[in-house]
Amino acid sequence: MLIAFAVVFLIPVYVLLVTSFKPLTEANPSQAWNLPQVWTLEAWRVAWEKLAPGIWNSVLLAVPGSLLSCVLGSMNGYVLSKWRFPGADVLFTLFLFGMFIPYQGVMIPLVQLMVNIGMYGDISGLVLAHVVYGIPICTLIFRNYYVTIPDELIEASRVDGAGMLRTYWSVVLPVSGPAFAVVIIWQFTSLWNDFLFAVFLTGPQSWPTTVMLNNIAGAQATPYSQQMAAALLASIPTMLIYLVLGRFFMRGLMAGALKG
Amino acid sequence: MARKGGSALRRARAWLPGLLLVTPSIIAIGVFVYGMLGWNFSLAMTDKHDEVSEGNFVGLQNFVDIWDEPRWHLSVNHAILFTVVFVLGALVLGWFLAFLMEKGIRGEGTFRAIYLFPMAISFVATGIVWRWLMNSGQDERAVGLNRLFDVVGLPQWAWFRDQDWGMAAMAIPAVWQMSGYVMALFLAGFRGIPEELREAARVDGCTEWGVYRHVVLPLLRPVTLSALIILGHISLKTFDLVMAVSGKQIITDVPAVFMWVAVFDFHDPAKGATIASYIVLSVAVFVIPYLIWSVRKERRS
Repeated sequence: MLIAFAVVFLIPVYVLLVTSFKPLTEANPSQAWNLPQVWTLEAWRVAWEKLAPGIWNSVLLAVPGSLLSCVLGSMNGYVLSKWRFPGADVLFTLFLFGMFIPYQGVMIPLVQLMVNIGMYGDISGLVLAHVVYGIPICTLIFRNYYVTIPDELIEASRVDGAGMLRTYWSVVLPVSGPAFAVVIIWQFTSLWNDFLFAVFLTGPQSWPTTVMLNNIAGAQATPYSQQMAAALLASIPTMLIYLVLGRFFMRGLMAGALKG
Repeated sequence: MARKGGSALRRARAWLPGLLLVTPSIIAIGVFVYGMLGWNFSLAMTDKHDEVSEGNFVGLQNFVDIWDEPRWHLSVNHAILFTVVFVLGALVLGWFLAFLMEKGIRGEGTFRAIYLFPMAISFVATGIVWRWLMNSGQDERAVGLNRLFDVVGLPQWAWFRDQDWGMAAMAIPAVWQMSGYVMALFLAGFRGIPEELREAARVDGCTEWGVYRHVVLPLLRPVTLSALIILGHISLKTFDLVMAVSGKQIITDVPAVFMWVAVFDFHDPAKGATIASYIVLSVAVFVIPYLIWSVRKERRS
C-alpha cells in the first residue's frame, strides 16, 4: 500500500527526468512515457543558458535574506522567551498573525513603497520584503527553541553580573546551532521558491529563478524537454538541502504548525 | 514610597533592554504588516480606478460593486471548489499515510522522505510537470495522464480545462505537494499518544477499531485543527500553482489571479485592493480565533 503511494508520488519525477533527457526528435506524444531512445544533455544545456541569470539572482536573494532573517529571529526569540517585557504575549500574537496573512493584502502598498524608496525592481527590495515578512516564523522557531534552555542558566549568568547582550553572547548563542540551521533552511527554501513577491517586486534585470522559469515554460515555443530540464535545474538547490539536511527541514515544517 | 518607585525602576531596567532589542522588528511588523494591511483597505475604499487619479473616499462601494462582475463570481466559485477538494484531499490522504505508518514499519525514513519531498520544490517547477501530466489533449494527441489512461482503458478527461470541475483537477498537484506535510503532522500526533492509553482501552474491551474511534481520533483533534488552518490559508491565497499550470486564463481564475490581472492588466489599484481585502478577510475570520486560542492554550500549560 505504502509502496503503491510512493510510486504515484514519484510519477512526476520520472516524467521530469525522462523528458529532460530526450532529444527533440522524440517529442512524439505516443512515446511520452517511454525512456529516451537516445539520451542527450541538449535540453539541459539550453535550459541552463536561459536560466543561469535567474539562478544567480536567486542566490543573491536567498543567501543574504536567510542570514538576516536568522539574526533578527534569534534576537526576537531570545527576548520573547528569556528577557520578557510587559505585553510580550500580546506582541507575540500580533507577530504570529503576520505569519498567516495572505501577502496579496500588502502587495499593492508594498509595490508603492518600493517605488517611493527607489528599491522597486531591485533584488535588495525583494530581500527586504522577505526578511520583514519572515520575522514572524523565524521568531517563532527561535522562541520555541530557546524556551527549552533552563532559566537557571540565564539566572546564573545574571547573578554573575552579565547583562542581556553578554548573556546572549556567552550562554544562548553557543547552543543555538540547531535553531540557526532550521531557520536558514526554512528561509532559504521559501526565498528560493517564492513567486508572488518576485513577480510583483522585480524587473527583468532582477528576476529570480521562479519568475524566469515561469516565463520559459509559458512560452509556447519551448519544447517540453527544455521546460522539464529547467524545472529540475531550478529545484536542485532546495532538493539537495532537503536530502542532506532533511531533519532540520522537518523541524521548520513542524514549527509552521505552531508546535515546538 | 521612594523604595517602591525604586523597585519599579529596577524592574523597568530589567526588561527595557529586551524591548529595545525587539523594537526594530516591532516597527517593521507594524509598518509592513499592519500599516500596509490598513493602507490596502483604505485604498480599496477609494475610486482610484486608474494609476494617476487621486482617489476619493467611496466607502464600501467597491466591495459591493465587485459582486456585479461575472468574473468575480467565477473566481470565488473556483476558489471554493479548489479549497474543498484540496483541503479534504490532503487531509484524508495525509491522515491515511500516517495511519499506515504509525505502527512503525521497515524503511519508514525512506517513505517519509518520498512523501515529503514535494514540499521542498516550488509550485512553479512542479506546475510545469503537472501541466504536462494534465494536458487536455486526447486520443492520438494525448500526452501525460490521458495517454496513460488511454492505455489502461480509463476514460480520458480535459483536466483543468474542464468547464465545471477543472478546479478539482487543479487541486491534485496541491494535494500531491501538501499531503506529506499533513502526514508528518499526524504522525507526530499519533506518536504523541501514550501507548498506556490505548492499552487501557483494550483492557476495557475495546476492539482495535474502537481504540481508534474513542481514544486516538479525539486526541488527534488539535492536530487536525492545525492542519485545517494551514491548508485553508494556503488554499485561499493560491496563486503560484494556478499561474504555473494554466496562466491567467478565465477557466481557472481565482481571486489571487484576478487581483494580479486587476493590478497589472486593468491598471485598477482600487479593484486590486478590494480583491486583496477579500482574500485577507477570508483568511482572518478563521486564523485570528485560532491564534488567540493557541496562545491561550500555551499560556495555560
